[in-house]
Amino acid sequence: MGKWIAIILLSITTIGAGVWGYKENQDKNAVLIQAENSYQRAFHELTYNVDLLHDKIGSSLAMNSRNRLSPQLAEIWKISSDASSDVGQLPLTLLPFNKTEEFLHDIGEFTYRTAVRDLEKKPLSEEEIQMLEELHKKSGEIEGELRKVQNVVMKDNLRWMDVELALATNDEVGDNTIVNGFKTVEKSMDGFEESVTKTGFGSSGPEKSFRHLEGEKIDEKQAKKIASQWLEKVSTDKLTVTKSGKGADVPMYTASFQNGDKNGYIDLTEKGGHPLTIMISRKVGEPEISLYEASEKAKEYAEGLEISDLELVESNQYDNMGVFRFLYTQNDVRFFPDSVVVKVALDNGEVLGMSARDYYNFHSERELNEPEISLEEARGKVNPNVEIQENHLSVIENDVNEQVLCYEFLATMENTTYRIFINATNGQEEKVETLKKAEMKFNQEV
Amino acid sequence: MVWKKTMVVFLGLALLLFPLSELTYVKPVLGFSNQVIQQGATGDDVIELQSRLQYLGFYNGEIDGVFGWGTYWAVRNFQYEFGLEIDGLVGQEVKNKLNKASNYDEGYVKEQIRKGKDFTHYGGTPKTQQTEQGNQQQQQNQQKNQQQQQNQQQQQPEEPTAVNVPSGYSQNDIQLMANAVYGEARGEPYVGQVAVAAVILNRIKSASFPNNASGVIFEPRAFTAVADGQIWLEPNDQAKDAVMDAINGWDPSGQALYYFNPNTATSDWIWSRPQIKQIGKHIFCK
Repeated sequence: MGKWIAIILLSITTIGAGVWGYKENQDKNAVLIQAENSYQRAFHELTYNVDLLHDKIGSSLAMNSRNRLSPQLAEIWKISSDASSDVGQLPLTLLPFNKTEEFLHDIGEFTYRTAVRDLEKKPLSEEEIQMLEELHKKSGEIEGELRKVQNVVMKDNLRWMDVELALATNDEVGDNTIVNGFKTVEKSMDGFEESVTKTGFGSSGPEKSFRHLEGEKIDEKQAKKIASQWLEKVSTDKLTVTKSGKGADVPMYTASFQNGDKNGYIDLTEKGGHPLTIMISRKVGEPEISLYEASEKAKEYAEGLEISDLELVESNQYDNMGVFRFLYTQNDVRFFPDSVVVKVALDNGEVLGMSARDYYNFHSERELNEPEISLEEARGKVNPNVEIQENHLSVIENDVNEQVLCYEFLATMENTTYRIFINATNGQEEKVETLKKAEMKFNQEV
Repeated sequence: MVWKKTMVVFLGLALLLFPLSELTYVKPVLGFSNQVIQQGATGDDVIELQSRLQYLGFYNGEIDGVFGWGTYWAVRNFQYEFGLEIDGLVGQEVKNKLNKASNYDEGYVKEQIRKGKDFTHYGGTPKTQQTEQGNQQQQQNQQKNQQQQQNQQQQQPEEPTAVNVPSGYSQNDIQLMANAVYGEARGEPYVGQVAVAAVILNRIKSASFPNNASGVIFEPRAFTAVADGQIWLEPNDQAKDAVMDAINGWDPSGQALYYFNPNTATSDWIWSRPQIKQIGKHIFCK
């Protein structure tokens, strides 16, 4: 009797385990197929979009009527953005595919700029046509390669999940057809960068950061000394200093200390020993001092940079921290790119951080042209529906990364505040920003 | 039958609400702490400031306890009208003038904030017309909970209903990035966490990556924490602070686009990238 019960029980558990295992397996496969399908969709969409891109650029080259050209360029812009988003959904992060992504970005950038321009007044220049031809040729090459890969993928039922696996485990990457195809695409982009920089477009131009740094080179010992001055006079023995590697935009020394619960960190440029990033972290208690008091502390601290004129333009309280943004000013002109940010703990007013990276990146002694249009003329260029509350003269970086002198207007419409920049040379509306409002708390406990 | 019931409830409610709002109205209020309030501040003082400015008709926005641009212009207009120096700072002089010119019904304002209602605080209009009328069901529930809430009121100080967020980001974006940072670098020093957050932001700016936070974070194979689900761990406040710092402009990574842990990195390619520096266990590179 007992034997039979054991047999029945055993067979029930075996069948149960079998059914459970089968279900699990099916579920797993369903999830895998779903993941695979979304990769497939992104891939096929990408090939389709690149195909479309090639066609549209071609027809815009053949186009003669200007009033059709603008919408056509706008459409290319949209397709290139779609294609970029497709690339972002493929598991290509560990694969060198940047050049192709930058290429798509460049197409977007170029077509956007030309599409929003009034082509009646300022038709495409000889260089721009040349650029368009180059884009046409390159997109053709990419299209060809992608179509080839697509063909193999469909013929051999290749799966993107395998690509992902191969990339993750790093074996046999060389044998994977898809990976090889994408590598070929990337290679075909090689000559492109040069031709782009020649025409002055694109994102891949030479980096021009930290060009105007002043001062002598410092060595490690000096770096330690300067670091200790910025990090609340911590003794130099406690500081560990390292030098940046060859990937850094600008050679720098990094010093840090650990002191119980408190740790500090500073980046100093090798040339001149200027502080780029300072951070001190510790536990911060409940706010005791006002934001105003904290802003005074921040000002005092920023004076240590020995920058002639800094103006506080923005202050914000985030829980128990005050964050203050200063701008460099010269004869009352505010330089928006040259900013310094200081963070103050509101429990005792201690400065817990400073970022002067933007300031040292952009700052140079610039020759300022006098504004060519008057304040009143500029005022006339502002939308009459907004109410102007404040105005300044400012230098900003515009869409095409040029520094321009502008009249800055702070204006309100209903309950929203806007910052409007009118070019002081030609009266063009350079930029309109909506200044953020506080956001309501979503998870408030009632 | 139902009508009678609702009438009774309404009457009861009216009786309950009436003395509550009218009595506290008369109560003299000691205004403000003695701090100077400036743009960007949050807290009780700001709630009072906004209420008083609204009472006088200078401020038409929401009373949310955050000194934003709307409050700033209201303060300036107030300073202009009352012949004070126009600087947008609320010092003792401004407070004195405000105290004299306006009434602040703290009980009413705090009650509305606690109940999460839309309300205003204009002078000369009955309070009952200035608050959103909930439906009957809600009111009944509220009646039941009133006793409870009044007890709670004693213990917890009222908080602003809104928070400052850095331009271009919402609390939810920050939360998502904090999730990613916590999943990727929770064992790292604080600076290392800021650096990881900065890498996310650098990628958003870069041409060869998606141009928004979720696109960058969820890009397949971009972050291991996303791939193995650690991103869904509950992040601590430190991770959130790190994200805020990075958004506010701190970048200890030195404009890096990639980082990896040299002990676990499997890809040769990542080793070929020009390195910038090492923070904690991560090497940051271009």
